[in-house]
Amino acid sequence: MYRSQKLSLRYYTAAIALFGVMNLFGLLSALYYLYPSLLFNVFNFNMSKIMHIDTLVIWLLMGFLGAVYWYLPKELGREVEGMWLAELVFWVFCAAVAVVAVVFLFVQYGGANQFSLWFINQGRKYVEAPRWAALGIVVVMLVFAYNVVATCIKARRMTGIMWVLVLDLIPLLAVYLDAFPATTNMSVDLYWWWWLVHMWVESTWEVLIGCVMALVLMDVVGTSRRIVEAWLYIEVMLVLGAGILGLGHHYFWIGTPQYWLSVGGFFSALEPLPLLGMVVHAIYDAGSHGMKTNNQPAFYWITAEAFGNFIGAGIWGFMMTLPQINLFSHGTQWTVSHGHFAFYGAYVCGVIAVLYVAKQQVSGVDVLTGRAWKWGFGLLNFGMIGMVMALLMAGMAQAFFERAIGGSTLMAFTSASENPWFKSGMYARMFFGVVFVSGYVVLVYDLLTAPKRVPAAQAQPVAA
Amino acid sequence: MDIEDPSFWRAGAISTTLVMLIVLAFLSIDSMRVISVGGANVPKYDVINHRIGYEFDWSRNASVPVIGGPEPLFGKAVTEAEATALMESGKLVIQSRACMDCHTIFGNGAYYAPDLTKAWLDPAWQQIWMPMTGKATREDAMVEFLMHPDKYPTWTRAMPNLQLTEDEARATVAYLKWLSAIDTNGFPANFGPSGQQP
Repeated sequence: MYRSQKLSLRYYTAAIALFGVMNLFGLLSALYYLYPSLLFNVFNFNMSKIMHIDTLVIWLLMGFLGAVYWYLPKELGREVEGMWLAELVFWVFCAAVAVVAVVFLFVQYGGANQFSLWFINQGRKYVEAPRWAALGIVVVMLVFAYNVVATCIKARRMTGIMWVLVLDLIPLLAVYLDAFPATTNMSVDLYWWWWLVHMWVESTWEVLIGCVMALVLMDVVGTSRRIVEAWLYIEVMLVLGAGILGLGHHYFWIGTPQYWLSVGGFFSALEPLPLLGMVVHAIYDAGSHGMKTNNQPAFYWITAEAFGNFIGAGIWGFMMTLPQINLFSHGTQWTVSHGHFAFYGAYVCGVIAVLYVAKQQVSGVDVLTGRAWKWGFGLLNFGMIGMVMALLMAGMAQAFFERAIGGSTLMAFTSASENPWFKSGMYARMFFGVVFVSGYVVLVYDLLTAPKRVPAAQAQPVAA
Repeated sequence: MDIEDPSFWRAGAISTTLVMLIVLAFLSIDSMRVISVGGANVPKYDVINHRIGYEFDWSRNASVPVIGGPEPLFGKAVTEAEATALMESGKLVIQSRACMDCHTIFGNGAYYAPDLTKAWLDPAWQQIWMPMTGKATREDAMVEFLMHPDKYPTWTRAMPNLQLTEDEARATVAYLKWLSAIDTNGFPANFGPSGQQP
């Protein structure tokens, strides 16, 4: 095993732990809707939500880093350059996350001054971490970029996947620099904030996970490089072709010119296309190999990734993206439904797939299968789909009663939130949230348990 | 043309990305012109010296902000520099207290508490909080509420006390008033009695 793959395992461990923290604060955030006086004035909803969404970003990022550190030496046939720096930065990263968590849990907020933004809370969704920590993430990403580029140079070898990955590092780093400003004008602030959020989540991360999935497909299903690279370019073309101006669907209501209604509506309507391409790709590859795989859980999670990305990000996004609908659906639990499904489908399933790839190599089995992973797979998917449906029901009630009829005032918000459709949606979300977390527990158990060994003579790829 | 040839799709990916980035750059330059303070859609900060309404405009088929005659905030007109200082402080309150992890502004943020885009115009200030706080004006009721929200709950989901000083609360009220004057292409629709489609 390469040294960078050992680092990868550390990243995976940290990621799975933070996945648990995210789940914990997800459950707590859901509980506030049912018991609003819970921890009132002690630990309020906003801090729980910050813990939930910030750990989401960090654990996925750690999962991506782990996946790249895992595959980089295999792809280039040599150890990753500058490993000592990468290992040092991992521990600094973990320490910084721990310090920020302690500050969020016990200090929470400060006065209206620059000190608060630098050391306590920046108060911008997804990038609430204080500036010093955001600077730390820039350092982590710089070291990561150095590892990737320097290894390519030393190896004197570049594959198509590596080209895409290296070029993707530029926007991955550049748009994150937008995590720092505190622009007074909210319209301008949100204009650039969406470059960070949309360009990371709907463009740069999509390309990154596309690279990771390409590597996993070659590894798990045995797809040829030529096919994988052709599909990767198609995905990049469609993701960036639709996604760059699809950014416009965030510019409908923030003070921006009216033409964004047309531009954003048109291009975001195209955004499901690349995700549909990924589904076709996955089915094509799996079918061309007779659904045979030597890593059943990874194969299933890749398939879930393809379908989840298309339905969660593509269909659920399209459902609310046209301005005529978005005027009423925007900023309701409908958005939350889409957000959960999209993050899960696009990224969570993919990261879980790479965890199983690592498990197979670490445990040294030729064929990875079993029973527990199926329970984890079923509970996580069932829990997520249940949450998504429950939130959609609540969100539609809000869009109708609060936005369309009530006119979005305080009283409209209150009465929509008291609507039986909304309230039953919140209870259902809580129930399915518990189902999801039980799936997480099984997943962790399965990842930590040694797989059953199949005698070498019988170790044939199994039908998925 | 071999569509299974990766280099064919590589050329497509590079050219598509470049074209889209160039278009985005032009649209962003134009958008900055419109949304800068004093631009077509975003008024100057000293708009807080005026009455602000939100009325349905048939020509645009959407509700739009209407800037009326003098109505200084807290009864005292401010200069442009004073208004700017108030806004800087108000925005810092919104960030330092993580307001947008419960509320939304322009529909962006979190969904536990009401949208604040037109909060200044919300009829609840006159109907609920002015009588509740015993204050004679909307802005004074807002300041009192923001400083002690837990004393004036209207519902089971109440706002926590985030320890705002009086200056911070006044700056936040000023920020919310300015925010309500931004043209948001009709979002939120039908807001309150004044924004309703006839």
